[in-house]
Amino acid sequence: MTTRSVHRIRTLQLAGAGAAALLALSACSSSGDSGSSGASDTSGSGKISGTVTVFAAASLQEGFTTLGKEFEKQHPGTKVSFSFGGSDSLAANITSGAPADVFASASPKTMAIVTGEKDTAGAPVTFVRNQLEIATVPGNPHKVSSLKDLTGSGLKVVLCAKTVPCGAAAQKALDASHLKLTPVSYEQDVKSALTKVELKEADAAVVYRTDVKAGGDKVQGVEFPESAEAVNDYPIARLKNGKNAAAAKAFIAFVRSAEGQKVLAEDGFLKA
Amino acid sequence: MTSLDKPGAAARHLPGGTRRRRGRGGRRGVPLPLLLPGVLALAFLLLPLLALLIRAPWHSLPDQLTSAEVWQALRLSLVSATSATAVSLVLGVPLAWLLARTEFPGRGLVRALVTLPLVLPPVVGGVALLLALGRNGVIGQWLDAWFGITLPFTTTGVVLAEAFVAMPFLVISVEGTLRAADPRFEEAAATLGASRFTAFRRVTLPLIAPGIAAGAVLAWARALGEFGATITFAGNFPGRTQTMPLSVYLALQNDPDAAIALSLVLLTVSIAVLAGLRDRWMTGV
Repeated sequence: MTTRSVHRIRTLQLAGAGAAALLALSACSSSGDSGSSGASDTSGSGKISGTVTVFAAASLQEGFTTLGKEFEKQHPGTKVSFSFGGSDSLAANITSGAPADVFASASPKTMAIVTGEKDTAGAPVTFVRNQLEIATVPGNPHKVSSLKDLTGSGLKVVLCAKTVPCGAAAQKALDASHLKLTPVSYEQDVKSALTKVELKEADAAVVYRTDVKAGGDKVQGVEFPESAEAVNDYPIARLKNGKNAAAAKAFIAFVRSAEGQKVLAEDGFLKA
Repeated sequence: MTSLDKPGAAARHLPGGTRRRRGRGGRRGVPLPLLLPGVLALAFLLLPLLALLIRAPWHSLPDQLTSAEVWQALRLSLVSATSATAVSLVLGVPLAWLLARTEFPGRGLVRALVTLPLVLPPVVGGVALLLALGRNGVIGQWLDAWFGITLPFTTTGVVLAEAFVAMPFLVISVEGTLRAADPRFEEAAATLGASRFTAFRRVTLPLIAPGIAAGAVLAWARALGEFGATITFAGNFPGRTQTMPLSVYLALQNDPDAAIALSLVLLTVSIAVLAGLRDRWMTGV
């Protein structure tokens, strides 16, 4: 017992030292970043440089990563640094002072949290929209072709919890078409709903078009007309506490440009 | 937990075994370099819980707590945590005995593997359970094909997920007690003609009952708070798989007050059970 606990303490010490080292490293890198962005502020007008910190909804991860790389290529000397996560937790981070230049949210409701705290500079604009789609296991063995098919007995369907945006949207679509659907589970976010279908534990899930795209050949998408009743707008806004206003403006313009829209459309997003 | 009927020397298994020190030292003898961080640690551990009490929506609490969903989730939590503890006892005590009392090749490795769920992120545990016992899993597909049993999205799935993360606590606790217990009692029983199993049942088991109780309490508490493996393996459906931690997490997304109220319930239940069991089993040594 004693030797083991000594051993465990040592492991903990090691882990602690490692964590401290990581903290120190990240502190260094972030101070380096702010230095370079400070330099960009003084360098003045047209040319942008430095780091743009973008907080973006998890569903934007693939598209924004591509856009970030392209942006860096077009503006040498810039670096786009992303933090992807659930829109509401990102919003909470921003209102409690997280240093970010741009916020791209998956719903106007979560963006409103940030604008409500007056943390945005200028009004948010909708830059893409996302529509629901049914994800089934490959080959669609249960021949699902509409939302109504999911209400039939014997099908294991997962929905997002009503408290998260994809669940609220699914509920809206169900209500609009007067359907009642009893899932086997209300998942905590859209990705875990998709995972249950990818692992074939569930027969179908109601997710976003972009998630079906991201699922590749592990899932098959089925479009349904009721999804038009519940389309999600994605707003983007510049943040007041951001350190690199010029680059932030340029990044938002790039996301909204024809080129940016094309990249996002490839992920399944709709034009705003 | 009803089979544990011998209170005894288990204080050493609990983190709060401060009886001896309190008896000897007194506050005056405590050096400042120990006192300061110690008090800080205490504050750090208790402050968040205090914040829960301070921010609790006391005026709307009765409404929050009388909803049918809360009781449903609480009942499910208690039933599944207790079932998971029962599973852990039935399977974990023999495993602990094997680890402590027998020699076999690779025993050190087995012991390390047993503790793996302690350090594994619970979500990973949930994914692993899905891959093993899911409808399409390594074993699960045969369960489905032969018996028509599917475990994900069922209450049984919740119990399994909880047992997976909670059982190591019991095994480690019982194994430690077994190592501390004198094997000569068992040997004496053997020389008097008892079979090894009889010796285990009549001599060893009563001897290590306090360790088993301590392990069971730890396992139960861990099972009650289990979130990641449960939501990953068993999903979330009110009344069937939605335990208290799940409903707290989901409530937090749009109704923080409800989440605080639910957290208070879970906190109260945990404290009540730990305190109750502590009085009954862990002290008075």
